[in-house]
Amino acid sequence: MNELATELTRRYGARDWRDQRKDLSSVVVDALRIRDVLAWLKDSGGYRHLSFASAVDNIERNAFTLVYTLRNHDLGHSLMVHCDIDRSNPTVDSIHLLWGQAWTYQREMKEWFGIDFPGSPRVDEEFVLEGWQGPPMMRRDFDSRKYSDETYAERPGRVTSDPATHMKSKMYPEAVP
Amino acid sequence: MKREKAYIIPPAERATPDLASGKYLVMWQGPQHPGITGNMSLKLVVEGDSVVDCETHVGYLHRGFEKLMESRLWMQNFPLVCRIAVPEPDFNEYCYAAALEELAGVEVPARSVWLRTMTLEMIRLASFLMWIGGQAGAFGHGTIAQWSVTMRDYVLDLFEELSGGRIYHMYIIPGGVRADVPKDFFKHLLDTLTIIEKNLDDIELVMFHNVVFKMRAEGLGYIPKEWVDTYGITGPNARATGIPRDLRKDLGYLAYPQLDFEPITCTKSDAFGRAELRLAEMYQSINLIRQMVDKMPSGAIREKLPNPLYWKIPAGETYVSAECTRGEYGFYVVSDGSDKPRRVVVRGPSYTHAVSVMERLVRGVNIADVAGLMVSLHTYPPEVER
Repeated sequence: MNELATELTRRYGARDWRDQRKDLSSVVVDALRIRDVLAWLKDSGGYRHLSFASAVDNIERNAFTLVYTLRNHDLGHSLMVHCDIDRSNPTVDSIHLLWGQAWTYQREMKEWFGIDFPGSPRVDEEFVLEGWQGPPMMRRDFDSRKYSDETYAERPGRVTSDPATHMKSKMYPEAVP
Repeated sequence: MKREKAYIIPPAERATPDLASGKYLVMWQGPQHPGITGNMSLKLVVEGDSVVDCETHVGYLHRGFEKLMESRLWMQNFPLVCRIAVPEPDFNEYCYAAALEELAGVEVPARSVWLRTMTLEMIRLASFLMWIGGQAGAFGHGTIAQWSVTMRDYVLDLFEELSGGRIYHMYIIPGGVRADVPKDFFKHLLDTLTIIEKNLDDIELVMFHNVVFKMRAEGLGYIPKEWVDTYGITGPNARATGIPRDLRKDLGYLAYPQLDFEPITCTKSDAFGRAELRLAEMYQSINLIRQMVDKMPSGAIREKLPNPLYWKIPAGETYVSAECTRGEYGFYVVSDGSDKPRRVVVRGPSYTHAVSVMERLVRGVNIADVAGLMVSLHTYPPEVER
């Protein structure tokens, strides 16, 4: 694996190689080179299988961290390739030409995080949130409870109880005023 | 390093039929349809009775699991994860529990490792039994579906005996398993396996030698070997192309390295070949369970964990995967050191098989065979939507 880490650093300036397990490592690359890195890993590195692609919202440093997990079946090794993109302008190169299922992950990230992948097929179409009007729901600053309270009306006659208060009233009725 | 030629698909392969010509008809199959596994829609463009184009529509079972998990404690998420894939919840339990254990540095006792492996094989068998009923039913063989669902119920009886739950077991928990096996459980298990094995012999005779099933399934949904990496195809769909790729063997997780088995492959790679392969894997699961009953070690079943209400997992990330009935099932878990997950991503094999592969394979297929094709890919939409 050290050979691969050295090669990725030499070719693409990859950094922060970390071995999580003997069959799982991670590495960080620049977002501008992500497609080149993934194409090289697929064509020359033997990492031909894309397990999944997704994103993590690191709102504290105003960045989305994209993670592409590839697997080299010959070596029995998986590699998580990370890249950070600007959270206020989240755009990154599409990899739909590298893997036939990649456009689905990109369509999901567009809908869930608002990350754009120019050129990716059907990237602007709804994925699982049909008729969704709100902001991207997987962002950390999206408060689902607040959105729900503001968007949907309570059904008339329905009684709801906060679970903590409800349990207290059942278990310690004398303590609840 | 050896350089290999990349297999890159052209960007736009979809047909562009002129819908105003009156030659085509747009029809929806699903979300509520006997030929659709789970709740999912196929928007089909048909010419006569042949499919020209297809768009998949998911989202009918989106319950926001991944978002919800970010606002619940690590252990509070446990009853959620098993609900992501209904027919085989135990793979979710295992992947989530193993990810937590890896990040928290928890070692689980040997007996719990074997019990985990045994339950995963039991649910594999139950899920395949449900699948073979669907596959036979899609081609008009309702009797086989009734047999196989009965056999699945026998396995669910065993789960009820083991865990108290028939569908959602919550048996594999972080630190080990929830309880040891009850008295005489292994005897009941072996007796049930004998009954199921006999029934599988009958199914093999009635289904796989039936001319209707053979004529409709042979050649349907052929997957070329080159597609496996291009589309991220895993599990029996990949092994049916002749590639011996099985995470149980490749990753060697749980007790699998100590069991005697080899990945089963075939080269037909159509609906019939995939069905034959899955039938062989059902016999293989029975064999693995018998081996485990023979070799089951004794000892503790659970490692003591911190108070779940105050359990903070050290910062880090990991990806844990396992071979489920449909292929690679995985959990990517990120912790920021707090008492709640920062991010959880569920990787289900249907994400690939039910969307990209299905859209590609269905072109040119007769409308009546769309259901059979979809079942032959063994897809569960809930794991696409999470």
